[in-house]
Amino acid sequence: MVKYFLGLSVLKSSWDQVFVAFWQRYPNPYSKHVLTEDILFREVTPDNRLISRRLLTKTNRVPRWTEKYLPSNMGRSAYVIEDSIVDPQSRTLTTFTWNISHARYMAVEERCVYGVNPDNNSWTEIKREAWISSNLFGLSRALQEFGLARFKSSVTKTMKGFEFILAKMQGGTPSRTLAETAKEATDKVKETALAATEKAKDLACHAQKKQQYV
Amino acid sequence: MNSVGEGCTELKREYDQCFNRWFAEKFLKGDRSGDPCIEMFKSYQQCVQKAIKDKDIPIEGVEFMGPNKEKPGS
Repeated sequence: MVKYFLGLSVLKSSWDQVFVAFWQRYPNPYSKHVLTEDILFREVTPDNRLISRRLLTKTNRVPRWTEKYLPSNMGRSAYVIEDSIVDPQSRTLTTFTWNISHARYMAVEERCVYGVNPDNNSWTEIKREAWISSNLFGLSRALQEFGLARFKSSVTKTMKGFEFILAKMQGGTPSRTLAETAKEATDKVKETALAATEKAKDLACHAQKKQQYV
Repeated sequence: MNSVGEGCTELKREYDQCFNRWFAEKFLKGDRSGDPCIEMFKSYQQCVQKAIKDKDIPIEGVEFMGPNKEKPGS
């Protein structure tokens, strides 16, 4: 069972500024959960595209109710890999990001394509897709709901982080354009998280009768 | 931003500075004169790869954009 997410975001900055910001976005006020960042591999291909691999360590933010169902020695940090291709000819940046730890608990994969906004070529649009799945018996639905809610909240932070860095690079104060959408997103996240908690309580009762080891 | 290898953060910073300048001023503008940061990258990599082994981070054999192959529209 997989949860699918599709979203389109816009940054009111040009593609080259966004691509530059992409490599400089950590740290920012919205990335406190990102602990380390490293480039593991980088190469310019014969057709002049830049391919890179970035390793991130993130805090493993899980809800309290999952803790008793998970092994106690499960790590506090999660490892995430982000592979990317920058193509200055087509002015696109494609990324694929996924977690290489804790994958049996929850697997989150994300593909983004950044490109020139077709309606305004001094802006950049980001098409974002994600696949969230969990295999833990009995808990997977609730975990997926939680995973999806957390992912949406992360997207808001990502966009805020980008805007912050872009504004800094351009010498201005961070724009407020996302303020309303961010509030809407937070409200939706709260709703989904609440729904997930209700379902989880339900499933937890069933799960307790059949103990599973991960 | 810190490196996963505690002793590698300085090397990472030096490399990042070199890369960010080259990326914005050369690469994105179509200048194909090549990456001037290779030596710095090598030093940084030696440090990071060791840290990754020490911490048992499971990056071995992970193909570039591997999981993307199974996704629709890839």
